[in-house]
Amino acid sequence: MSRLRRFPLIKPFSATDHDRAPQPIVGMDTVKRSPIGLEYLSYEQLDAFGAELDALRQRVLDDLGQEDADYIRRVVRVQRVSEVLGRLGIFCPFAWPVFAGGIGALALAKILENMEIGHNVMHGQYDWMNDPALDGQRYEWDFVAPSEDWRHGHNFLHHTYTNIHGLDRDIGYSTFRVDAAQPWQPRHRFNVPLALGLMLIFEFGVLLHGLERQEYRRGKISAEVFQVRRNRALKKIGRQVLKDYVAYPALALPLVPFVGWWAPLAVLSGTAVANVIRNAWAFTVIFCGHFPAEVQTYTRSDAENETRGQWYLRQLLGSANITGSRLFHVLTGNLSYQIEHHLFPDIPARRYPQIAAEVRKLIEKYQLRYNTGRLSRQVRSVLHQLATYSRRPASDAH
Amino acid sequence: MIRRALTSSAIAALTSPRTVDHYLEQLHPMLTVDLVRARVVGVYRETSDSSTVLLRPNRAWRGFTAGQHVQFGIEVDGVRRIRCFSVSSSAANARRSFTVSVKAHPDGYVSQFLHRRLSLGTLVHLSQAEGEFVLPQPVPDPLLLLSGGSGSTPVMSMLRTLRDTGHRGRVVFLHYARSRDEEMFADELDQIAITMPNARVHRIYTRSPVPGSPLSGRITVDHLAYLDVDPTNTLTYVCGPAGFIAAVSRIYATHGDIAMLHTEYFKVPAVDPAAADMTGTVTFADSEVTVDNSGATILVQAEAAGLAPRFGCRMGICNTCAVRKHHGAVRHVVSGEVSAATNETIRICTHTPIGDVNLAL
Repeated sequence: MSRLRRFPLIKPFSATDHDRAPQPIVGMDTVKRSPIGLEYLSYEQLDAFGAELDALRQRVLDDLGQEDADYIRRVVRVQRVSEVLGRLGIFCPFAWPVFAGGIGALALAKILENMEIGHNVMHGQYDWMNDPALDGQRYEWDFVAPSEDWRHGHNFLHHTYTNIHGLDRDIGYSTFRVDAAQPWQPRHRFNVPLALGLMLIFEFGVLLHGLERQEYRRGKISAEVFQVRRNRALKKIGRQVLKDYVAYPALALPLVPFVGWWAPLAVLSGTAVANVIRNAWAFTVIFCGHFPAEVQTYTRSDAENETRGQWYLRQLLGSANITGSRLFHVLTGNLSYQIEHHLFPDIPARRYPQIAAEVRKLIEKYQLRYNTGRLSRQVRSVLHQLATYSRRPASDAH
Repeated sequence: MIRRALTSSAIAALTSPRTVDHYLEQLHPMLTVDLVRARVVGVYRETSDSSTVLLRPNRAWRGFTAGQHVQFGIEVDGVRRIRCFSVSSSAANARRSFTVSVKAHPDGYVSQFLHRRLSLGTLVHLSQAEGEFVLPQPVPDPLLLLSGGSGSTPVMSMLRTLRDTGHRGRVVFLHYARSRDEEMFADELDQIAITMPNARVHRIYTRSPVPGSPLSGRITVDHLAYLDVDPTNTLTYVCGPAGFIAAVSRIYATHGDIAMLHTEYFKVPAVDPAAADMTGTVTFADSEVTVDNSGATILVQAEAAGLAPRFGCRMGICNTCAVRKHHGAVRHVVSGEVSAATNETIRICTHTPIGDVNLAL
């Protein structure tokens, strides 16, 4: 894509005069204005909408402090404790309730680590704390997909170019058809069973997605970049597998004389089940963020030369929230506030409920749509989308 | 033994991708085996604007050599603020406790905090001691320890160490302060002058000289001559403000041997947000490139200098371009907020330098 330093008519996509570079997509025709959101608002309204969200962002940033730091440290503490208890519980395969509790605690620990801690920390939400353990650039999560590639594919590609066909690789993860604008392919017939399969091994799906093998084959990324990514992925798989499926089961060897030959196997399977629970949960939350019906997608030319207000609007219309209890929100890493997360990906997620209240006022003021619903409703909607778009479109038939 | 086991690769495999410290710290913040932490066990006022902080480090601390500094991090309002301070105490017993002595700089958030609000029991996040400003072994004879203002801290640590280890060689300790009231360690230096027969301790108060004092004013070669210091063959350790060190360097270049001079600057981030931003230089430390600050964002300046830093959205959301800033002040291009902390992560696409900035790029 072309990036232009100088840009004549449209205000740069940044609040700064210092740097005119941050134009996510600048079209060949630099005079053309982006049509995003014109069906709802005029350009003036879009600018005002953008300015209000910028102001909201600054208000929250100015307010960050001890409470936010205490919160994330509390989450870290609960995560560590439940991880240790989980591992200990899994070492008691002779006492089924303890064993099952261990699996649950380990799954909880992994969910917290991946979602409320890992995902959010890697967005740089806690960089302001200047704590090396919570530094977005250095954080490595307990997940087979390497952080480095996640940060590129998720933080940059997905969050900057949200729901733009051809740029946001998260539309259907290059595997599923979830939108009418995606060309139908025969494998899309298996949309639903493939999705249910992916649900169980989601962490490996994310890893493969981050490799961008297709892009490499099409010559879009260089062999060097691909090699580095592949080696990084293999190394990370090695470390994760060594820990969960070799080291901890091996620690159970001393149990063999007392419990039976199957003790290490029980530890291995208990850990695997915990990983699968986490996979299924993360998959569910993430698919509900962008794939329910009524979530809008865009073409690249729509998004060319968009303004800050249009960028915000694209994030709003391209995301969907899930309602639920406070505990539910924590377990989703507050991705249940997907809209707020997409408006302000680098603001600590515990602030999203507070931001949501203000966003809703803006929604009313500008008469926009706010996609939200119970988990069951959003899951049904996603399944319905997957099923609907698995069928070859009538216009496609030859 | 336990320490070695806990830091082994077997334990690392079990705790990956975290380290064992991330679990141990949940039991007790001081139990870490790799992360150096300390408790504040004493705060003593040296002068009206400087304090000495006594620290008891945990077992991860490997001690220090006199003249070294530590990165000193405290958390205020959820933000860890890190500054480099020279160790001021004697290196004998270096593992059990040590002190840093800090002059409260009018713009220095941490130094002000240390001087006015630091309470006993505060947890301090430390680095291991670092720095090459240390005495060779055996300690050379004669030796000159030379300092200006609060630059006395590392050479004070050297002098105290020489005292405590019974060093017998000749030592000259020459210090320049504005006045006796503004001098740190004044009473202890008086004591050392009496109890260490091989040491000559001399203070020069530039603003309010002691009546009848043979030496006065800023440093000249005559001051050295009066103390029988020969700049051609006296190994000299000098610490102080840049202007002071420049003056000493000129003397050694002209009248002595510049190779005898070991220098340590202390840097206070001088932030003047009212001044034009386009001053100073931007140093990309990893690439060993320094450019004049053009006022553009650091990302743009790095690219203009031929570097290819990683970046993503270029609008401050994706965090791809975040790098460590070693020191210096930067301004956020949207909020205008100025941040001058040492060793913090910033997004270079949305920050411009104010004056000198040093980055891990």
